[in-house]
Amino acid sequence: MKVKMLSRNPDNYVRETKLDLQRVPRNYDPTLHPFEVPREYIRALNATKLERVFAKPFLASLDGHRDGVNCLAKHPKSLATVLSGACDGEVRIWNLTKRKCIRTIQAHEGFVRGICTRFCGTSFFTVGDDKTVKQWKMDGPGYGEEEEPLHTILGKTVYTGIDHHWKEAVFATCGQQVDIWDEQRTSPICSMTWGFDSISSVKFNPIETFLLGSCASDRNIVLYDMRQATPLKKVILDMRTNTICWNPMEAFIFTAANEDYNLYTFDMRALDTPVMVHMDHVSAVLDVDYSPTGKEFVSASFDKSIRIFPVDKSRSREVYHTKRMQHVICVKWTSDSKYIMCGSDEMNIRLWKANASEKLGVLTSREKAAKDYNQKLKEKFQHHPHIKRIARHRHLPKSIYSQIQEQRIMKEARRRKEVNRLKHSKPGSVSVVSEKKKHIVAVVK
Amino acid sequence: MSVVRAAESLLALSQQEELEDLPKDYSLSPSEDEGDIDGERKHQKLLEAISSLDGKNRWKLAERSEASLKVSEFNVTSEGSGEKLVLSDLLGPVKTSSSLATVKKQLNRVKSKKTVELPLNKEEVERIHREVAFNKTSQALSKWDPIVLKNRQAEQLVFPLKKEQSAFAPIEHVLSGWKARTPLEQEVFNLLHKNKQPVTDPLLTPVEKASLKAMSLEEAKMRRAELQRARALQSYYEARARREKKIKSKKYHKVLKKGKARKALREFEKLRKANPTAALEELENIEKARMMERMSLKHQNSGKWAKSKAIMAKYDLEARQAMQEQLARNKELTQKLQVASDSEEEEDGAEGEGELVPDAVNEIQMDANGPNPWMLRNHLRGTKEAKVQDPKKLPEPVAHEASESEKEERPGAEEEILLNEFEERRSLRKKSGLNQDTELVSRQEPKDSSSQEVLSELRALSQKLNRENQQSGKQNMSSTRTVPSVQREEPAEVEEEPLLLQRPERAHTVEELEELGKEECFQNKEVPRPTGEGQQSERNPNNQPGTPKEKKRKEEMIDLQNLLTTKSPSVKSLAVPTTVEELEDEEERDQKRIIKEAFAGDDVIRDFLKEKREAVEASKPKDVDLTLPGWGEWGGMGLKPSAKKRRRFLIKTPEGPPRKDKNLPNVIINEKRNVHAAAHQVRERETLCCLALLLEKNILVLCGQEGYVILTTESKLFSFSLTGSEMNNSRSILAF
Repeated sequence: MKVKMLSRNPDNYVRETKLDLQRVPRNYDPTLHPFEVPREYIRALNATKLERVFAKPFLASLDGHRDGVNCLAKHPKSLATVLSGACDGEVRIWNLTKRKCIRTIQAHEGFVRGICTRFCGTSFFTVGDDKTVKQWKMDGPGYGEEEEPLHTILGKTVYTGIDHHWKEAVFATCGQQVDIWDEQRTSPICSMTWGFDSISSVKFNPIETFLLGSCASDRNIVLYDMRQATPLKKVILDMRTNTICWNPMEAFIFTAANEDYNLYTFDMRALDTPVMVHMDHVSAVLDVDYSPTGKEFVSASFDKSIRIFPVDKSRSREVYHTKRMQHVICVKWTSDSKYIMCGSDEMNIRLWKANASEKLGVLTSREKAAKDYNQKLKEKFQHHPHIKRIARHRHLPKSIYSQIQEQRIMKEARRRKEVNRLKHSKPGSVSVVSEKKKHIVAVVK
Repeated sequence: MSVVRAAESLLALSQQEELEDLPKDYSLSPSEDEGDIDGERKHQKLLEAISSLDGKNRWKLAERSEASLKVSEFNVTSEGSGEKLVLSDLLGPVKTSSSLATVKKQLNRVKSKKTVELPLNKEEVERIHREVAFNKTSQALSKWDPIVLKNRQAEQLVFPLKKEQSAFAPIEHVLSGWKARTPLEQEVFNLLHKNKQPVTDPLLTPVEKASLKAMSLEEAKMRRAELQRARALQSYYEARARREKKIKSKKYHKVLKKGKARKALREFEKLRKANPTAALEELENIEKARMMERMSLKHQNSGKWAKSKAIMAKYDLEARQAMQEQLARNKELTQKLQVASDSEEEEDGAEGEGELVPDAVNEIQMDANGPNPWMLRNHLRGTKEAKVQDPKKLPEPVAHEASESEKEERPGAEEEILLNEFEERRSLRKKSGLNQDTELVSRQEPKDSSSQEVLSELRALSQKLNRENQQSGKQNMSSTRTVPSVQREEPAEVEEEPLLLQRPERAHTVEELEELGKEECFQNKEVPRPTGEGQQSERNPNNQPGTPKEKKRKEEMIDLQNLLTTKSPSVKSLAVPTTVEELEDEEERDQKRIIKEAFAGDDVIRDFLKEKREAVEASKPKDVDLTLPGWGEWGGMGLKPSAKKRRRFLIKTPEGPPRKDKNLPNVIINEKRNVHAAAHQVRERETLCCLALLLEKNILVLCGQEGYVILTTESKLFSFSLTGSEMNNSRSILAF
């Protein structure tokens, strides 16, 4: 006869210590849990809602400049230190944790056009409207010492931008031409020109450090090779490019902030077609900076907003604005990939969270787990209309909103016209140009 | 020589031989001695005259009348500094001289060549430079392609991508740089020092080290020698065992075994005399060995030898006898020993030394009392064996009385059965596709290990003891002898049957159980059938139990409507043993009963059908009735528009396509989109059908603790630890 009785192994239910979690036996058979997916859906919905509720990206505003902030620089070694140059020639060094200015230098007469830090973080360079390049020590002068630059180079023309090499004691300036300087010398080791227009910005490639990119006011982007002391290629766009930024993770990718409200991500090996056209701004894009992960970048625009774009998406995932923020001139993504700084016309530097709803401070493991779980849920149900709608919702100032509407109408009209032309003309006579190719005028070898 | 060098530079091609050809006097260049020109001239003329004497045409040096820019020893002068030198001028003087043939050739070649093209203009050159540089750079950049691709495709990136591996420093280094600061640490170190525990070298304590050092050299040597000896011995024994194992001679093994058995017996005898208690123990051991033998499959006639013998038995008398011997031995060994307590009542008086006697006596006595009904029921096999015993055990005592006729009969019957049995087996083998060769492999004995040897010895011993016991107990049995013989005579077949049961006893598979069931069903054939029917009738009360014909008619009449409400009769697989089935059925019945009780009030299926009917009605296009009461006729309370009018103004809508669930009784297909549900459904599905599949899969996989956890850890993605030393490489980290 079969005698049935319960017998359990205590190992299955007895905790080793009382600190261990109680084991909850569970049957994983999905048929026994028919409402599991709907429950998750609701959770995802709630998570999305909460994300929007807690989306308060603005952290702080650093005020102190007496003119519009024209340029920003990150400290390569200290996350908390930021340098900014203003339109009145003043350079300020800020401590982000204290949110205070720790040092002020009257560096130039007129604009501070460009600022960059040395890779070791011991000194920084500024260029200004007074045709000088100045090197400054990062630490302030001792008691009784005068605030003086380490070196000053007097040039013949105005320098409009500067960038430092990522590994060597070499920096590049731009103005009439791109000059490569040795730190020890007062004359450039080589200057490279191609055309005669003023170059507005120059940037070193962080990976292949001998590569440079520059953009000039004759609407072109020029790439240079420092080793061979020669320009490589030039691409001419519809409108002027204000600045470019190299992807820190992908050596051949850079993004150009253009006057035509768009950003163009290029593969430098194939300049005739941009990899992606990022369009969301409603006014000229003035600055762009990559996240250190190389997955996203932030752009500052004349339309008084900054936007965050994923590299592989043509639309922005986030837009930041405040009532008081005017035309944003410069923007930087901090090296820990968590914050964004932007300097704007109205003399303030603003600090934002890169992830709008992120909780600051140390998270407990449970908080972390919950965050990860919510993240996963949101990702899983992102295509569901309810959730999508909530996740996508952003508030915009009326001016930007109306401009967006207006531009949408314009764009639609243009598209319609194109379609009509295509429809009513002899087949083959009108070719359809893709959006990517539309903005490229020419590639000059 | 300076002249020569000048010539060299002019032609840039002249060779050493030519130089040697030149007369030595050339070395006197006019420029060297400019002082006395007059004398020189005279001398020159003289030389010319001399040279012309020997017939060879020597070219003369040019006279320098005025200072010129170029001085040539080849008599080539460009008149005036402004004039150009033409190649023909150069060639002129060369024509005559034969020694300068090579130079001539070269000059000719130069003449035939065209002028070098103009260099490209600056822009062109720059362009080419740029292009080359660009190509080079883009090639250099494409080395990053695989890395970039990997990073892009990666599900998750954790920064910094390249973690700096901390170098493993030996513990001494670490400890030397580290000091105990906190009181706890100090205490711990104090303890360690007190107990002479190792601080730096974690492996050995001082005590251990000391003990290691303690062993002297001699001791170590001795120990080593010992070990060596032991190893040598071991290998020797191993080799010997291997050799013995390899010996194939049957005779050798037989002799060996017999010798061992004899030895064992002798020893046992001795022991019996000297120490009866020890002997008893030995006997117990023997008994245990027998039991083990019984457990094993030895002598079960399943070996190759047995099979081959069975085949040969038909034709060969010897083989037949061997077979019988083998069977007899099997019987002997596999006899189940009756537990003493079972047959105690009888044995008390009969035998004092029942413990010593293994089985035979008990068996017979039990048989005399008739088979135990309990044993019969539960252990059919046991009883069969018990029955087997009487043909086997009885003849031996009877043999002395020489009942030969019986003896002759018995082997014949046995043989037939044996042969039949083996025939069956062979056919089975053939069916299974394992056609075995029928060669005589008489390797019946498995590999002899020591335990098996012991077993065989003990077996032999016990057999002998058995025989002795039987002889001694013959008188006891004589009274009971008659009954079994009678039993044997009347149902001959029943008695012989057990011999057939030579297969492995344990029934594991379903087939085996089936066979067992077949055997059993002779007795309780009627039992399972009614129970099964009873269950059926219980399960579906709608179905009246009836004859198969009735059922058939009913099945024909079943329509789709009732299909859901009726229940299909359960089909039972024959393979399932009835006992198990009963149990399961009971459980099932319980379950069903509970469910039924729970849903006693509501008929779910009827409800569903009703719902479906409603859905069908709702989806049907409705006719539009445009009749206006009172229009053209009287209207009012109780008056209805006439049928004619109604017919006239009724607009019939055409019937739509047939419903998709028309032939699916248990499904409602709603083809209208539910707006409320649509709000929660993914819209992209229509366009991206491949994505839809992915989505579906993804959605069903739970991602919380309820399911298995798959998390893209955002926190990890952006977890930077750019502090201190790591900041040095922050740039390089970011750039891989």
